[in-house]
Amino acid sequence: MSKNVKIGVLSYQGSVMEHMRALSLLDNVEPLEVKTLSSLQAVDGLILPGGESTTISKLLSIFDLLEPLKERIRSGMPVWGTCAGMILLAETVIGEETHLGLMHITIRRNAFGRQLQSSKQKAAIPKISPEPFDLVLIRAPWIEAVNNDRVEILCEVDGHILAAQEEYMLVTAFHPEVTGDLRIHQYFAHMCGN
Amino acid sequence: MNLEQYEINKNLAQMLKGGVIMDVTNAKEAAIAEEAGAVAVMALERVPSDIRKDGGVARMSDPQMIKEIQATVSIPVMAKARIGHLAEAQILEALGIDYIDESEVLTPADDVNHIYKFNFKVPFVCGARNIGEALRRIGEGAAMIRTKGEAGTGNVVEAVRHMRTMTAGIRQIQSLAPEERMAFAKENGAPYELVVQIAQTGKLPVVNFAAGGIATPADAALMMQLGSEGIFVGSGIFKSSNPPLMARAIVKATAHYNNPVLLAEISEGLGEAMKGLEIGQIAPENLLATRGW
Repeated sequence: MSKNVKIGVLSYQGSVMEHMRALSLLDNVEPLEVKTLSSLQAVDGLILPGGESTTISKLLSIFDLLEPLKERIRSGMPVWGTCAGMILLAETVIGEETHLGLMHITIRRNAFGRQLQSSKQKAAIPKISPEPFDLVLIRAPWIEAVNNDRVEILCEVDGHILAAQEEYMLVTAFHPEVTGDLRIHQYFAHMCGN
Repeated sequence: MNLEQYEINKNLAQMLKGGVIMDVTNAKEAAIAEEAGAVAVMALERVPSDIRKDGGVARMSDPQMIKEIQATVSIPVMAKARIGHLAEAQILEALGIDYIDESEVLTPADDVNHIYKFNFKVPFVCGARNIGEALRRIGEGAAMIRTKGEAGTGNVVEAVRHMRTMTAGIRQIQSLAPEERMAFAKENGAPYELVVQIAQTGKLPVVNFAAGGIATPADAALMMQLGSEGIFVGSGIFKSSNPPLMARAIVKATAHYNNPVLLAEISEGLGEAMKGLEIGQIAPENLLATRGW
């Protein structure tokens, strides 16, 4: 039997409850809201949810969690960024300052356009599951380029990279947390040692 | 919009949860709001307290001003259309606005009907005072709800009343026997299918924010503790003595709404909040919350 893993969701803003709910449906996973240093230190892995990356990044700085979070990720804590979370992790964000700057990818923010261009698409992510996934793209970013051999492209639609993994860092431009599909949450739980 | 688009529009509101949406009247204010950590800005010609003071007909903003704001910030840009004014809404959609607020703060264009929001691809947020009003707007296609409060007063009492009334309505629906739901729908002017849905889920089918009279970090924390999923601030920021400081403090308080020790720190030394208005001092015909049907 696998051990119980504690997976946190950075809980300042965005699709926090959606991720918490998805995690609560997995076996042997204990979900935890992370807003403080002590809760950050208590988790085995962390989800950076969807939301507004500028807002979440500012709150990380204001509440002195940016450096401790960087430190934990650098030392190998598994992390999964969805949409805004992917922007936070990237080493380069076109035309903007970077935030955590840890993953070797270049991001284009609001790449598809405004809300009128938000959409749902379908695509396979063979590394995770043979059945296709619903990709909910909300004012979504995409990965313009991967800047390192260690970054594995997991999903590409119309020439745009929408999911990737660099060792213990996972990013998706889309929002599995609003679909009811638990496969990527399950995959991340495995990354966290479940 | 088809149902898939409607879901995607509701999803955008989900991404705004826990955040603060700020009224701005020009690109400079929009930049201040974004820098303070707003999750979105609401573009309008005058903040509600000025609309209240100036009188006259309040309309949709100048598209040029909206475009300048869109060019300035990377966060979503919302804008207000008058209740029932479907042409204003079409113009805002053509501008590529991210969310339309069909708002009682502007002078209503139709005193019977609201916009049929399913005719649009762009999402709508609407104000409500109680569960019946919220479900009527959702029935017309609103993808997000906010309390009406009493805009431009800096007085949170009406927002509190509306949030509590909505929550009480949800609890009441949950307590109904199935055969009582139709009578509830009739009495509250609520679509029956949505009443049934709330009976099953125990919550509104869309995200619900607080709006109307929020003027301090403590006001924001109060509304979050009452179950609001995020905050709209209108006059409260740019009518305070130090807008950048007040804006950031309200963002911080909304994120840490249940941490009184931090809230005490956040509330310190912010200067003057906007001057408030006692609701009883407002003539009934000047109340904004009673607009909408």
